[in-house]
Amino acid sequence: MLAKSLRVFLLEEMKLLLHQSPQPALATGEPLQELSFRRGVIDCIPTLLGYLSIGFACGVVGKTAGLSVIEIALLSLFLYAGSAQFIVAGMIAAGSPAIPIIVTILFVNLRHLLMSAAMVPFFRQYSLWKNVGLGAQLTDETFGVAIGKLQENQKHADRWMLGLNMTAHANWIAANVAGAIMGAWIMDPQAFGLDYALPAMFVGLLVMQVGSRNPLRTDLIVAACSIGVFIGLAHYISGSIAMIVAAVLAAGLGVLIEHDNRD
Amino acid sequence: MTIGTEFIWILIGTALVTLLPRVLPLSILSRVQMPSILLKYLRHIPVAVMAALLAQALLTSEEGFIPIQDNPRLLALLPTLAAALWSRSLLTTVIVGVLSMMLIRQFFG
Repeated sequence: MLAKSLRVFLLEEMKLLLHQSPQPALATGEPLQELSFRRGVIDCIPTLLGYLSIGFACGVVGKTAGLSVIEIALLSLFLYAGSAQFIVAGMIAAGSPAIPIIVTILFVNLRHLLMSAAMVPFFRQYSLWKNVGLGAQLTDETFGVAIGKLQENQKHADRWMLGLNMTAHANWIAANVAGAIMGAWIMDPQAFGLDYALPAMFVGLLVMQVGSRNPLRTDLIVAACSIGVFIGLAHYISGSIAMIVAAVLAAGLGVLIEHDNRD
Repeated sequence: MTIGTEFIWILIGTALVTLLPRVLPLSILSRVQMPSILLKYLRHIPVAVMAALLAQALLTSEEGFIPIQDNPRLLALLPTLAAALWSRSLLTTVIVGVLSMMLIRQFFG
């Protein structure tokens, strides 16, 4: 009896997991999917592997930079940003004072300005403080998942986002602490291809995004422009700045294309 | 189990400069009526950001730009992209990507 209900439950979870609709429901004519905290937790699952391996590496790097386990845990709790934590560890190891570290991190994380602004249409109905709370845990991955899932004025978008955020953050802290504690004895994770979980996740998020909100042709040009500008700039300036410039210019090109189409 | 004083300042400072860009646009712009040109612009941000993040994850390492001809991640991009287009599932895409990278390292590594 118990085993049967457990099996039914697991089957339901698997169905939810495998048949997530990547296209916005309105575009495909399906009814809007009911959002909930639990649904948010489930929608986070595909991103866990990628951030588990990066968080683990982040914990290892923090440890080798001379940070204690508790310091690494505090960084993953309050800073909660992968590339930023790598840079903090590296700069602390290099003996940098606090101010240059803080200024560097400000620039690395400026990309969140763009993502946070792009989330506005989906959370307009909520209070100021609720949006402060939901925005505080915004990351590349939660942005990617949310933007592929949410519709404007969708019911329980706040609960869904909280489920997604909490799962991602808990996974991140656990991975960092595990890396800090066990890092010394673990063999090369690259041998298992785990370092590719993150690029693969971005491939999936990009593919599901292309053609879903704008005409396919526009999205393809915007994506190509973004990648092209990044390649052009990454030889000369830091990757995190190149990434922001590429996204800002490519989105601008998107507006121009749509404008031409209408005339 | 120690926490240095210098570390506390670094923690507070970096956490603040990370928190503000995450929180300010969502909490403030959702209070005001945005001009339609800005809304149109923001509609292109997801694709533009995801493409740039993908380029960064594929083409650069801590040492900077990886020469295209020595980059095994680009080879693994083919099966990963195929999996994404065919399955439209994030989980399938990640699993295929990791397995392809593992096989490429085994055979060409």
